[in-house]
Amino acid sequence: MRSVFERTEIAFDGAFGGADNPLRHLGALGLFFLWILVVSGLYLYTVLDTSIDGVYNSIGWLTREQWYLGGVMRSLHRYASDAFVLVMFLHLLREWAYGRYHGFRLYSWVTGVPLIWLVFISGIGGYWIVWDRLAQFSAVATTELLDWLPLFNGATARNFLAPDSINDRFFTVLVFIHIGVPLMLLLGLWAHVNRISRVDYLPSRRVMLATLAAFLLLAAVKPAVSEAPADLAVVATGLRLDWFILFLHPLTDLTSPAAVWTLIFGITVLLFALPFLPHPARQGIAVVDAPNCNGCSRCHVDCPYEAITMAPHPDKRGHQIAIVDADLCAGCGICAGSCPSSTPFRSQQTLVTGIDMPQQPVDLMRQQLETGLAKLSGRHRLVVFGCDQAADVRPLAGTDTVAMSLICAGMLPPSFIEYALRGGADGVVVAGCRDGGCEFRLGMEWTRQRLGRSREPNLRQLVPLDRIEIVPVARGEDRKLATAVAEFRRRLETMPETHSKIPAFTRRTQHHG
Amino acid sequence: MAKPAAIIGQIVLYGAFAAFIGYFSTNPIYKQIPDDVALVKLSMSHLGGRECRKRTADELAKLPPNMRAPLDCPRGRSDTKIVLELDDKPFYEVIMKPTGLSRDGVGTVFKRFELKAGTYKLAARMNDNLVNPGYNFVKEEQITLKPAQVLVIDFNPDQGGLFFRQAKN
Repeated sequence: MRSVFERTEIAFDGAFGGADNPLRHLGALGLFFLWILVVSGLYLYTVLDTSIDGVYNSIGWLTREQWYLGGVMRSLHRYASDAFVLVMFLHLLREWAYGRYHGFRLYSWVTGVPLIWLVFISGIGGYWIVWDRLAQFSAVATTELLDWLPLFNGATARNFLAPDSINDRFFTVLVFIHIGVPLMLLLGLWAHVNRISRVDYLPSRRVMLATLAAFLLLAAVKPAVSEAPADLAVVATGLRLDWFILFLHPLTDLTSPAAVWTLIFGITVLLFALPFLPHPARQGIAVVDAPNCNGCSRCHVDCPYEAITMAPHPDKRGHQIAIVDADLCAGCGICAGSCPSSTPFRSQQTLVTGIDMPQQPVDLMRQQLETGLAKLSGRHRLVVFGCDQAADVRPLAGTDTVAMSLICAGMLPPSFIEYALRGGADGVVVAGCRDGGCEFRLGMEWTRQRLGRSREPNLRQLVPLDRIEIVPVARGEDRKLATAVAEFRRRLETMPETHSKIPAFTRRTQHHG
Repeated sequence: MAKPAAIIGQIVLYGAFAAFIGYFSTNPIYKQIPDDVALVKLSMSHLGGRECRKRTADELAKLPPNMRAPLDCPRGRSDTKIVLELDDKPFYEVIMKPTGLSRDGVGTVFKRFELKAGTYKLAARMNDNLVNPGYNFVKEEQITLKPAQVLVIDFNPDQGGLFFRQAKN
């Protein structure tokens, strides 16, 4: 399943690019659809007459007489809700396929599960408000399904037995529920994204305009209309069913209420239990070294999961220190990449930085880089920094290439690039996840900004940008990476020998402090 | 600037998205029952009967003055038995159990039956106190069901007990 998503996303990147690829921004797309629902829903509410005949007639008037605004709003409400359900399930499936449901993601996963219930309660109830044959069918089918539960015990279906079974106040209550449940959904969504920083609340402007245009096109070509008025004296049949929201009804007819409830509760329990079932062991979490933490708070700012907070430093008066919340830490190492102490130019024999990853400390990175640089030969020597989550850089290692794979491309302090170039490399390649596809959300974005000198820690001005190549490559795109590296090497070959070379540097080692 | 091929790709993919949403928002058409079928719904919510016993003079005398109710009625209610017959043949039978830990709540039943449209002799019999034999409520009627029509079998003591409810033909 993961490879299906990866391949589809790469294919979509060809048409959309990473930033505008809807598959890479399903959560934000869902939120955008929700805002369309809120705006169109508020408009529909203003004209709704909540009497039995009034609901049908007022919505019908809006559709027929005010088709240019009210009718369009109704169609937007319909199609945005269908699209919301679609992207919700794709989002769920994608996160599961990528294994993003345990460890530090447990909270987001678990808080997402009840939202599915709220979406369907809201969606199904919304169809009832029109009180046409489709609403009648859904109301009867839903209450018959509910009545199977011991809690209801056959009583709710009696509300829809005959035309005189319901009264005007029913629709007042229904509208109250249809507004109240989406409000709960919004609250739930706030909780759902509460533990991540810099949330994509909306997709890119292009994606919003394109999906809105798609809905408007649908509204023009196939406007949402009502069925005949509800009549509980006859069975509502031959219906234009909304299969995104009302599929449970035919499923109940095809199987039984018992089977459908087993399915609903079974899936819900499974989704809640999934994070607690066996899964890959979690990464080591970031460790703060108090003497080397100067309280600059860059790690706190850059952490994609708000796992780092700042507190008064225990040893340095007036300073702060980073504190890592183990439950929230993804173990991505982006904090180590942001730490100003993570520079390899420091003369200490053992490089200890302010915040580091136990599974791949910056000292080990410096040792590997120095060892690799010492062995490099050939006319155009490269250092390739890769990312464990993206294309594998290790096959590129050779006599003229040092290949180092990091936990995340965002873990790379820019000073390592300068260190590589001043230590004998002619060029540096940084390979990481595709745009919008970073496993740790912000790794590649921060790396681009740091190398673009718009984010601390900056790549220093003396480092020539034409000797650096950033290659976004997803897992499995090893051939594309190799091609990009070969192309970069050819470009370096065309440069004059002394072009944009920076002064060499050899570290003097210091055995203490 | 996007390449022409990318723009065409976006148009195709957004078009496919719109087509997918547009189609499944109303299609395929769903028919819950075949064209020539009507629906009979048995739906009742009823409190079963109970057997009260008249207290003897001795029993009343032993009770505090403010508790000397002439009848001793158990809290629990009887099961309610309902039998449906179609053209004089048994069709459906159910026992409605009183709800609640003390069996003192209403019993409910909801059941739907699909019948070919046509004319039938429908009978419903109910006994809401099973210590007594037979049925204390009976309703028999010749009914004509049109395709897709709904007939409800219900109970309301204010309407004489069992009754059939359907739209006028």
